[in-house]
Amino acid sequence: MYAALWRVLPGPVWLRIILVLILVAAVVYALAARVFPWIDVLITPTQEVTVDR
Amino acid sequence: MSRREARKAEADALKSSTGPTPSSSTPEPEQTQQSEPTQQFEQLGILASEPPVEGDEPDEAAGAAASGRAAKKARAASAAEQPPVRRSMATKVVGVFGELLITAGVFVLLFLGWQLWWNSIVLTNEQTSDASSLADDWNLPVVTGTTPTPTPTTTDTAAPANYGDPAVMGAPSTGTDFAIIYVPRFGADFKRTIAEGVDPHTVLNKGGAGHYEDTQMPGEVGNFAIAAHRDGWGSAFIKINELQIGDPIYVETQDGWYTYRYRDTEYVTPYGVGVIDPVPQVEGATAVDRLITLTSCNPLYIASERIIAYGAFESWQPRSAGPPAEIASVVGSGN
Repeated sequence: MYAALWRVLPGPVWLRIILVLILVAAVVYALAARVFPWIDVLITPTQEVTVDR
Repeated sequence: MSRREARKAEADALKSSTGPTPSSSTPEPEQTQQSEPTQQFEQLGILASEPPVEGDEPDEAAGAAASGRAAKKARAASAAEQPPVRRSMATKVVGVFGELLITAGVFVLLFLGWQLWWNSIVLTNEQTSDASSLADDWNLPVVTGTTPTPTPTTTDTAAPANYGDPAVMGAPSTGTDFAIIYVPRFGADFKRTIAEGVDPHTVLNKGGAGHYEDTQMPGEVGNFAIAAHRDGWGSAFIKINELQIGDPIYVETQDGWYTYRYRDTEYVTPYGVGVIDPVPQVEGATAVDRLITLTSCNPLYIASERIIAYGAFESWQPRSAGPPAEIASVVGSGN
């Protein structure tokens, strides 16, 4: 999977490393900005800090 | 065992090692009782199938062993050549599966890091700027002109100025930020908004505190009860267990500042709704005191109980009098 990604990337090794770092940063940012807040709403207990009947 | 017997056993072992069934184990039971050199020799003969030093029969054994090895090699070679596609496919599938598992593990770790660290920092910054802009809005001169300014009735400069009964605002609509809480014990620059309602998704998960809708307002006789997260989502009340008796809890509304003093802590079940009654834990009693109640989860990261911190009203001062000295530098975004 990741080996195939490495093969698809163009350029010499140093360029590939930079591209991989950019890809990883983009994925982490997308997760933090979109995916994690969405998951957070899905799995958050509805009543954690309040007293309720 | 006598020496003769040992020799006989040795001969038997040799015979069996070169016979048609080399792995025959007939002499094995006697092995443990044989003298040392014989035992070593026999082990060599049986286990490694090495040719003994004398006699011509053992040569056959060597030949058999060699041919066996060759056959094994040939088998291995044919296995490598014949189904190469099937084997590498399996390796590929296992490899991709492993990579997926690693990816899933990294994903879960990233989510935890986001929830406990990244998101808390983001929400804390948002809360601080929200609280600042809210206070700035209230400080606009237009707002303060609407109500007549009460004047202190005491001339004693040592005692805190007495502005009479505190102003009490009407209940805001659900979800509206209507107050700001300052607790120096939680941090010198600690401030969070208080919104109406305690719904996790619309209020509490934004990092601020939420006001139980059926409870009283700041300064009102009864119980001003609020809730906030303690672990994650800004962790507003993470230090709620570090409050010490007499610690000030300031609440700012558009009318002014209310000073409460921390009184005591109680631990209850998640269903202990008595803590937000006008007189906590005394259902139906008529309130005479002005209290503040903070609720959060306990223990940290488990939340099977609730931690409740009570404070008693001490004083209030209108907006025209300016903020209490202790939080003067934190109020608004000035300074």
